[in-house]
Amino acid sequence: MSEAANTQAEEDIAIQLIGMHKWYGDFHVLKDINLSVARGEKIVVCGPSGSGKSTMIRCINRLEEHQQGQIIVDGIELTNDVKKIDEIRREVGMVFQHFNLFPHLTVLENCTLAPIWVRKTPKEEAEAIAMKFLERVKIPEQALKYPGQLSGGQQQRVAIARSLCMNPRIMLFDEPTSALDPEMISEVLDTMISLAEEGMTMICVTHEMGFAKTVADRVMFMDAGEIIEQAPPQEFFDNPQSDRTKLFLSQILHNA
Amino acid sequence: MAIVKTERHPDMPPPTSEAGVIGWIKNNLVSSPLNVVLTVISIYVVWIAASNLISYAFINANFAGDSRADCTGTGACWVFIKVRFGQIMYGFYPVDERWRVDVGYILGAIGIFGILSDWVKNKKWPALYMFAVYPIICFFLFSGGYFGLTVVDTSEWGGLFLTLVLASVSIFVALPLGIVLALGRRSEMPVVRMLCVGFIELIRGVPLITVLFMSSVMLPLFLPEGMNFDKLVRALVGMSLFSAAYMAEVVRGGLQAIPKGQMEAANSLGLGFWQAVGLIVLPQALKISIPSIVNTFIGLFKDTTLVLIIGLLDLLSIVKAGTTDKEWLGMATEGYVFVAATFWVFCFSMSRYSIWLENKLHTGHKR
Ligand SMILES: Nc1ncnc2c1ncn2[C@@H]1O[C@H](COP(=O)(O)OP(=O)(O)OP(=O)(O)O)[C@@H](O)[C@H]1O
Ligand SMILES: [Mg+2]
Repeated sequence: MSEAANTQAEEDIAIQLIGMHKWYGDFHVLKDINLSVARGEKIVVCGPSGSGKSTMIRCINRLEEHQQGQIIVDGIELTNDVKKIDEIRREVGMVFQHFNLFPHLTVLENCTLAPIWVRKTPKEEAEAIAMKFLERVKIPEQALKYPGQLSGGQQQRVAIARSLCMNPRIMLFDEPTSALDPEMISEVLDTMISLAEEGMTMICVTHEMGFAKTVADRVMFMDAGEIIEQAPPQEFFDNPQSDRTKLFLSQILHNA
Repeated sequence: MAIVKTERHPDMPPPTSEAGVIGWIKNNLVSSPLNVVLTVISIYVVWIAASNLISYAFINANFAGDSRADCTGTGACWVFIKVRFGQIMYGFYPVDERWRVDVGYILGAIGIFGILSDWVKNKKWPALYMFAVYPIICFFLFSGGYFGLTVVDTSEWGGLFLTLVLASVSIFVALPLGIVLALGRRSEMPVVRMLCVGFIELIRGVPLITVLFMSSVMLPLFLPEGMNFDKLVRALVGMSLFSAAYMAEVVRGGLQAIPKGQMEAANSLGLGFWQAVGLIVLPQALKISIPSIVNTFIGLFKDTTLVLIIGLLDLLSIVKAGTTDKEWLGMATEGYVFVAATFWVFCFSMSRYSIWLENKLHTGHKR
């Protein structure tokens, strides 16, 4: 194999986790995680509470530190090097379960803050970009309101727009709909689906199995800090292999 | 059978008995027999107190004259304050140089106006002026020695002027230092954290009087021979450090109330630690701490009177000294009432300002 082919293959990989372990004190949260995400690939992660889903995706942008193994994002390995961490965080957007909007800033300011301070985009330009993304998530008219004046679904869409303003190549979602009332879930999912259709690389922790079926290239099941099973959605839902996956699926599909 | 409502209910104004002055009186003052009795008693008590105060301070008071002999009324004799007014305001600051203090007040008022007023849109300039330029101007203006201004030794500073200098310098130093200490106390670096905790706990554990006394009497003992700080500077250092320790705890409370998710969201957007702290965490933490910060300021403002024990002549000490004047014996009440009223005006203004600021910074619904 030539070197050119090798680098070609590397460029097609957005995220790579190799033999990654993490501990909280003595507690072994993540055990030997191996995962490779291609550019443009959409992965849905599910699993019981406490299985380490959040911890895993938070390691990818270094909100949590891993202790063993490698994490390579966009060709850059995550180490203690602050510069590299910042570089990766600029390319990786994250959406949280509880939105984490900045309550003291308007919706527009929430969206322009990082472009202005991190990317040094001029204010007018940053505002134009922000308005573009607020239109995409269908709330341009809320631009001058404060987050506290919006509904949960609107807030989560602002959070998505805020991430998109940094023009990320990868988006991480940590249960983006689980703090929302049922009637607001679909507006957020619709935004995520349209993002997926545009070819964004996405890792979504979610229990919205409908979303997984429509969007995911691969569904992953985690339990007790391990990746138990991963497969294309069709296979994952119709023909799960492990008993733990079967049990989990029967529980959530029963409730749904 | 299903019941279906087809018309929308229109918005209506609130019932009149609930609104307006009459409605308020009805609901709050005379809603029950017990309430009527309490209202009458309260009005009576307020009336007695207010009428006595007014007759003491105004109706039976003396305003005209310039000596003890003019104190003929049964109420207050404000002649005492009038005669000593210059000293009460400026201490022993030379009469011919007092304009410098007034210019300082005016420059300060302009800066404060620039910061508070809604007319000035860009707060960068007034803030820069107030925090960088103004202190330097004041330093040269008040102490002199440059630009043809005669030197006025700090031992000549006094009265309300000295009180304001003590309070503003301590506030000016305490807030930023307190923020730094609070951040340090939450730092992940053990040495930084231990230093901050040590400083805060040491200072908080001793009374302000002790700190002042130490800084004025003990400090010179530790300093190398020949190095001698001004007495006022030593008091300022003592008071600033003391209030910084309190401020640090107030700010820490605010920092702790900000959810971890805020810092994480900022980090995930690529903001560095200091950007995240300065743009996201601190503004919110300071906002929720405004009541406690102002509370500390008010306490600090009144604590400036303790410099009495190290021989500085602030507002209280200079009035107290005046009441022991042989020619003005028996004027203690007037003196202390005047001092109390002056302090009250300043502290009350701070309190109102904090309420105004809180409302102004309030965004969205409280949840
Ligand atoms: N800061 C922490 N310190 C110690 N233990 C932690 C910490 N954060 C998480 N844990 C533990 O790590 C485990 C994995 O947590 P994680 O949040 O990743 O789970 P999850 O799969 O996202 O669960 P959920 O579906 O409830 O969000 C849990 O058992 C949790 O108690
Ligand atoms: Mg989670």
